[in-house]
Amino acid sequence: MAEQTPEKLVIIGNGMAPGRMLEELFEKAPGRYQVTIFNAEPRVNYDRIMLSPVLSGEKDYEEIIIHGDGWYIKHGITLYKGHKIIGIDRNAKTVTSDHGVTESYDKLVIATGSVPFIIPVPGKELQGVITYRDLDDVQAMLLAAQSREKAVVIGGGLLGLEAAAGLKARGMDVTVLHVMPTLMERQLDPAAGYLLQKAVEERGIKVLTKANTKRILGETRVEGIELEDGRIIPATLVVMAVGIRPNAGLAKDAGLAVNRGIVVDAGMKTSDGDIMALGECAEVDGMVYGLVAPLYEMARVAASHLAGDRKAAFVHSDTPTKLKVTGINLYSVGDFADGDGREEIVLRDATAGIYKRLVLKENRIIGSVLYGDTADGAWFNDLLKRGTDISEMRDTLIFGQAYQGGAPLDPTAAVAALQDDAEICGCNGVCKGKIVSTITSKGLTSLDEVRAHTKASASCGSCTGLVEQLMSLTLGDSYNPTAVQPVCGCTDLGHDEVRRLIKAKGLKTIPAVMQELEWKTSCGCAKCRPALNYYLVCDWPDEYADDYQSRFINERVHANIQKDGTYSVVPRMWGGVTNSQELRAIADVVDKFNVPMVKVTGGQRIDLLGIEKEDLPAVWADLGKAGFVSGQAYAKGLRTVKTCVGSEWCRFGTQDSTGLGIRIEKFMWGSWTPAKVKMAVSGCPRNCAEATCKDVGVVCVDSGYEIHFAGAAGLDIKGTEVLGLVRTEDEALEHIVALTQMYREQARYLERIYKWAKRVGLDEIRRQIMDDAEKRKAYYDRFVFSQKFAQVDPWSERVSGKDKHEFKPMATVGFNQAAE
Amino acid sequence: MTMNWIAIGDISEIPLRGARCVKTPVGKVAVFRTAENEVFAIEDHCPHKGGPLSQGIVHGNAVTCPLHNWVISLETGKALGADEGAVRTIPVKNDNGALFIALESLALAAAE
Ligand SMILES: Cc1cc2nc3c(=O)[nH]c(=O)nc-3n(C[C@H](O)[C@H](O)[C@H](O)COP(=O)(O)OP(=O)(O)OC[C@H]3O[C@@H](n4cnc5c(N)ncnc54)[C@H](O)[C@@H]3O)c2cc1C
Ligand code: SF4
Ligand code: SF4
Ligand code: FES
Repeated sequence: MAEQTPEKLVIIGNGMAPGRMLEELFEKAPGRYQVTIFNAEPRVNYDRIMLSPVLSGEKDYEEIIIHGDGWYIKHGITLYKGHKIIGIDRNAKTVTSDHGVTESYDKLVIATGSVPFIIPVPGKELQGVITYRDLDDVQAMLLAAQSREKAVVIGGGLLGLEAAAGLKARGMDVTVLHVMPTLMERQLDPAAGYLLQKAVEERGIKVLTKANTKRILGETRVEGIELEDGRIIPATLVVMAVGIRPNAGLAKDAGLAVNRGIVVDAGMKTSDGDIMALGECAEVDGMVYGLVAPLYEMARVAASHLAGDRKAAFVHSDTPTKLKVTGINLYSVGDFADGDGREEIVLRDATAGIYKRLVLKENRIIGSVLYGDTADGAWFNDLLKRGTDISEMRDTLIFGQAYQGGAPLDPTAAVAALQDDAEICGCNGVCKGKIVSTITSKGLTSLDEVRAHTKASASCGSCTGLVEQLMSLTLGDSYNPTAVQPVCGCTDLGHDEVRRLIKAKGLKTIPAVMQELEWKTSCGCAKCRPALNYYLVCDWPDEYADDYQSRFINERVHANIQKDGTYSVVPRMWGGVTNSQELRAIADVVDKFNVPMVKVTGGQRIDLLGIEKEDLPAVWADLGKAGFVSGQAYAKGLRTVKTCVGSEWCRFGTQDSTGLGIRIEKFMWGSWTPAKVKMAVSGCPRNCAEATCKDVGVVCVDSGYEIHFAGAAGLDIKGTEVLGLVRTEDEALEHIVALTQMYREQARYLERIYKWAKRVGLDEIRRQIMDDAEKRKAYYDRFVFSQKFAQVDPWSERVSGKDKHEFKPMATVGFNQAAE
Repeated sequence: MTMNWIAIGDISEIPLRGARCVKTPVGKVAVFRTAENEVFAIEDHCPHKGGPLSQGIVHGNAVTCPLHNWVISLETGKALGADEGAVRTIPVKNDNGALFIALESLALAAAE
């Protein structure tokens, strides 16, 4: 029993480095230590690298957690969240937190990471000036971004650019200030830095190089930045991303040897034999690190020592740098400065936006910079690490691995040619052999499984492509990474493919689609038929005969089915405006048909609930006499345009929001869309019509009409994105119509605008609708054309006899017999 | 037991891949006409929460309930796929387009 008493291991800091160390330790020496962790951040260990995707909205915090609470419980770890250690007593062997908890240790590990560097300019302490290091910073940025105002990011390095891209994606107007002449100058040569700057600017982010910040302006909150050259840049948010410093103050106060970081030997031991340090706070052999790959190596070494293996030693290696901004590919590793005895090979392809540069010394690669096409990064890095003599393939080296030995230009072949110990995942140091053997021995079939078992592609994710290629190499045809979700069980094709083929092959009926695209069932199912019917209605408005048997009951009978099989009826009230005559007609219908419930809807309409199907045509006839048409409250189509009273009545109104709403509704009613479309127009930014959670919304301002889209307020809640500002009502209508048509033509059936927009990209939509007048006009014209066939009031058609069979029972039988 | 066939109308009154309902003393009967011109009749009452099956989308020899998308076999009345439940099927006769349903089974059903 006594010999089993675990030693006490205390860890300061709960970042990625100690998290990895513990994983390795629990594997090597389970149960040997009783672990206690103090973490100044009030949370578990998460993937700090992935904060940028959280900022840009591509991931949620929950998705980047490395160790959930359950993991700590499972390993019996005491985790003090939100406890900062303020003192280490090396004689007593205790640490004390700012909340007064004191814990004794046998072994202490310091893993306090880094602190962001704050440039010492006046105004640095103003509200709205933040750094970029942890989840709290991301949340502060997200909050600030809601204003959609101006942000300045100081620092054009990896972190700064990721922050800028994220803020831009959240709708802010972003300027990046960088002191040096080119971006990311420590990782990129000037040529690649220039290409990067262009790509960043193309995203609508302004970049000022050689920009020296003089002071930050503002009283209590930041209002702007003044540069040394006198320029002033207004901003309500300033993000400082100018570098990091090892967080070594605590160690220094405790009397440990500290240089730039906490000095440790190759076994991660500090100047005190019972105290180790690792992560960004540690300095080994004069070097400090800021990327996870070497930190994970430190973690491995530290775990070995804690488990009793004293031979493990940290060795330096270069880590490639990649930028995690979707759509920008860059890769750099090693040393690429010019110098004596160095040669270089450069490939430029201006049209494709590709730049590659290899720096050679004595026929060996010592550095590489790839921009635009980074597929060969891993291979070049492999040659660099091995010190391979490249004289043999010198002429074709720059074209990449696929060109060597006449191998076909197949990316999988390139991966196949890699040696077993070639590194695939830089962050986690996972080599090809490990991945392949794990896939085979564990029978893995999905990327997530490979991530879970090998850690490959589990950190920054930039090697995902390589890992997928390895999977298809190992698993053959049974692995299909790009497998699309089929429309339904009747076909293997996805929605996009079906839409494309309908156009390409000129398919104009549902049977033609099913025949040509080799449907597996004879007449489809309730999932694919409504989708196909919509696609055909949208693509061939003048030629296609709507197949009502392929529509859901609501659209077939133009009313909403309720749980008891009765229907609800919502007449159209343009823009939510009505009058005494209309209200009287509604009241009469309610009395005449004993309508059990009358209700005002969220879309500013009146809903008559509980109407028997057989009564529908008569109800519509009465409503029709008062001038009502169908409100299409049942349709995957334009439903409602909500409005506020605007400049006509409201003292704040800037434009005639009611008028515009009515105009939009009269223009667009009757159109079928992939999913329902709800709109709103507010007369000023007070936004009484709640336009900023609609599929499409307009917020009127003094200078015109701000068009919003891609909001949601149902199962998901999401504020809208701004499409752009237009000056006149005519322009507003044209832009909204064009946007809707683009959505009609591209979205998958039942995909709301916000989901479609997320898939195709907000920038792409803005580019086509705001910037490309020709495209916009073409969309607009196609919408107008299709409206010729769509704007027929379905109620009056049915009042005059269409689809009679829908509303009457076929027969009423058997009552005599039963009465006997 | 003799079948008591009751005329309910002509097949042309039901759209292809569609349904009509017939009111009877023991509830509504949904009469379906498939793409292949076959006719089936089942209770118009989904085994899930009583949705009107006659209002669903007809595909193959099945109908998808309009309320929560259960798929019901027209031949057996059983829910297909993962769902469990069944509705009563009703004998139909198609005499050159003239349709009849057998009401005994209904009356019996009501008596049970
Ligand atoms: C936005 C962003 C993007 C990045 N992208 C990449 C990338 O693409 N690739 C890459 O390799 N690396 C990237 N990095 C760097 C990488 O995240 C870090 O190198 C790594 O997380 C450092 O791990 P660590 O454990 O040393 O320190 P940290 O993860 O910083 O953990 C230190 C922890 O210690 C806590 N702490 C500090 N002092 C105390 C105290 N006195 N008491 C208790 N707790 C304390 C802190 O609150 C913190 O939680 C990125 C970093 C950021 C911020
Ligand atoms: S949104 Fe503005 S204009 Fe419209 S009602 Fe509200 S305050 Fe008035
Ligand atoms: S919120 Fe739910 S219960 Fe209420 S009307 Fe909408 S779908 Fe029905
Ligand atoms: S009532 Fe038919 S599926 Fe729910």
